[in-house]
Amino acid sequence: MTRRVVITGMGVTAPGGVGIPAFWELLTSGRPMTRPITLFDATGFRSRIAAECDLHQAAHGMNTGWLDRYLQFAATATTEALHGSGLNVVEEDEWRVGVVMGTALGSAALLEQNYVVMSDGGSKWELDHQYGSPHLRLAWTPSMLGAEIARLCGARGPVHTVSSGCTAGIDAIGYAAQLILDGDADVVVTGGAEAPISPATVGRFDAIGVTSSRNDDPEHSCRPFDRERDGFVLGEGAAVLVLEELRHAIRRGATVLCEVAGYATLSSAHHMTGLTTDGRVLAVAITQVLNQARLGPTEIDYISANGTGTRQNDRHETNAVKLALGQWAYSAPMSSIKSMVGHALGASGAIELVAAALAVDRGVVPPTANLTVADPECDLDYVPDIAREHRVGVALSLASGFGGFQSVMALRRPDSGRGETSRP
Amino acid sequence: MTVTAVITGVGPIAPGGIGATEFWQATSAGRNLLAPITRFDPEGTPVTVAGEVGFDADELIERHYVVQADRATQFGLAAADLAMADALFSPPALNPFAAGVITSSCVGGAESGQRGLGRLWRDGPHHLSPYQSIAPLHAATTGQVSVRDTMKGPCGVIVTDEAGGIDALAHARRALRRGARIMIAGAAEAPLCPYALAPQYFARMLTESADPDAAYLPFSHGACGYAPAEGAAMFVVESAADAAERGSRPRAVIAGHGATFSAVAAFDPSGEGLEMACRKALTAARCQPEDIDVVFADATAIPTADRAEATVIKSLFGTKVPVTAPKAGFGRAYASASALDVAAAVLSLDHGIIPPIPALAEPIDDLDFVVGAPRRAELRTALVLARGYGGMNSALVLHRPDH
Repeated sequence: MTRRVVITGMGVTAPGGVGIPAFWELLTSGRPMTRPITLFDATGFRSRIAAECDLHQAAHGMNTGWLDRYLQFAATATTEALHGSGLNVVEEDEWRVGVVMGTALGSAALLEQNYVVMSDGGSKWELDHQYGSPHLRLAWTPSMLGAEIARLCGARGPVHTVSSGCTAGIDAIGYAAQLILDGDADVVVTGGAEAPISPATVGRFDAIGVTSSRNDDPEHSCRPFDRERDGFVLGEGAAVLVLEELRHAIRRGATVLCEVAGYATLSSAHHMTGLTTDGRVLAVAITQVLNQARLGPTEIDYISANGTGTRQNDRHETNAVKLALGQWAYSAPMSSIKSMVGHALGASGAIELVAAALAVDRGVVPPTANLTVADPECDLDYVPDIAREHRVGVALSLASGFGGFQSVMALRRPDSGRGETSRP
Repeated sequence: MTVTAVITGVGPIAPGGIGATEFWQATSAGRNLLAPITRFDPEGTPVTVAGEVGFDADELIERHYVVQADRATQFGLAAADLAMADALFSPPALNPFAAGVITSSCVGGAESGQRGLGRLWRDGPHHLSPYQSIAPLHAATTGQVSVRDTMKGPCGVIVTDEAGGIDALAHARRALRRGARIMIAGAAEAPLCPYALAPQYFARMLTESADPDAAYLPFSHGACGYAPAEGAAMFVVESAADAAERGSRPRAVIAGHGATFSAVAAFDPSGEGLEMACRKALTAARCQPEDIDVVFADATAIPTADRAEATVIKSLFGTKVPVTAPKAGFGRAYASASALDVAAAVLSLDHGIIPPIPALAEPIDDLDFVVGAPRRAELRTALVLARGYGGMNSALVLHRPDH
């Protein structure tokens, strides 16, 4: 029998929005959270702006203070998602509950801090490990993200971490859906987490000139699709979703928020950090997802854009949507929440998927902040500045990133009349 | 859709061997290839013995990758080439959207990462090269292979510590079930630099023996941890039908995969999760325990973990099944450890020969360990086991294609 994958719980830790209510409040108010970097002294860097999370608020009431920053974000989001889903793993077959989490950098910031001490300020190649933290083995590889979340929720099925760069969040959720479809698990706790705001990450993006240097006006620095945009702005955070096989969710009486109707990830095989303007590979990915979900272009009601605010991304993405949806591209609202919460790399795909699911659930699409005068090459409906009431039956979430990876997921409202009744 | 996924190309890069032929010669002979670390000066660190790869980048990969890619990605690019040549496949594929890449690693481009950190902290932010935005990332190997070989299909990067090599193959099979026609999958790892090894010293899982012959002795009394290693193994995975059509000889069938999590300690002493992973893999492969002709063990040489693994093998298969761990001869290359085990298992099925554990000193159990010399055997089905630090367990069942 065909298995279907639904979302039954969500949690989010984002700049200015810890927890779903605050996050949604932020998105619908259209308020950018991009500010001068406070996590370290960014003097001397080209880009000195980021959207930072309030860790004290994020970790409030959690016994996670000893964990690395990105793990704390993930733990908070997981707790919220599990609570919302009503799932109690103790009552489940623990071997059928999996975890798939995405992150681009893992503990890179913590490793960097330790490196600085062990190398005496970068002066030595051979490191004096005696000056490092005894817990560094836990920071060593991103697979600890999956492991920590599995420990937190009691999962004992497949526990995997995906590290495909800026698409890692959406790729983790796509992987989780595949585990359920293939019968390897009935429930998968999944999402992405990232805390990338460190000298090394800021410096590396400086070196390729992809981040905004609008340091004198941080709140208006991230301007996807705007003529005056000059790059993306780093963010941080986590989002976690509980995915379940539909009948499993119905059997335990869970509220179904959304169905995961399709997912694809492709590689543009063009350049590690460059994109082709035509957007063809992303368009193929969108079309593959529409085919999987048996949807026509005109059934797409909302597109959550990758929308980084770099010229090459915005044009690439705009052209991809036109290629895939034809004339309908002009009718489907498409917005970028990165304009408010920044680019949290491997967490972004998950944070944006939660935003898309909320748009489906609440019939409101979040805006693209700071979009004053659109780039003439970008002529779609980007929902400038103000959230819009709009019934969303089907939403697409797009992600595009490092390595040329292009990932797309479709979410469908559960009240479409199909599959709402339990099958024998 | 049911797709029989077969491995048609094997591309190992390991201490002692580049490519299937060299790797098999070294592995089946049971040579010990561990040696004092030369990649950096290990003076003052507790770990001085490792498995290093003799790798001539200029000979094996395109010139620009020598500059812009980390050593791990260079391994991955070369290993992908070797696997594709072995499978008689030259990219690009007829339909590039049906060709994809899935890789795994634990530390990504750590050595490049350390170089970048040095520049940044010693000289300042303006001294970082543009390649610093690419080379250190875990996603670099999948990205570079997909760009070089025009593979536009499903791409992925999986991190499950040492189990990653197996999990990447399982994920490649998922892609084939969803319409991909040819997948490059495996792992690449180059952790022999101070930045990648320093975080490990406190965990006390690496051997601190300076004697290469005594450094890595799994399943032995006196086992004192594992020797780290570098290397890669990439595979060409496709459907049996496509392999037949291309005239490429299937080397092994990916018959079943099981993955579980042990929520306790680094390597769960109970072995419960590992046992469940085996059971899942056997069920998926529609195998009975008695069908398994050889077990490629995870073999950490951490006493509690070895005992747990031995107990699992014994309780599932008894003492009659041959158990081996060729990695004891060249070290544990993290995500590539399980990928190299799969390479050894595929070649083992192909040759009807079990490669040995180079040496055991007083085995901790009366399992049928294959020690010292290769053993000829009728091999139809092999089981490969892997555990990741933090609790990941994976098991993979491989069949000989005519089975």
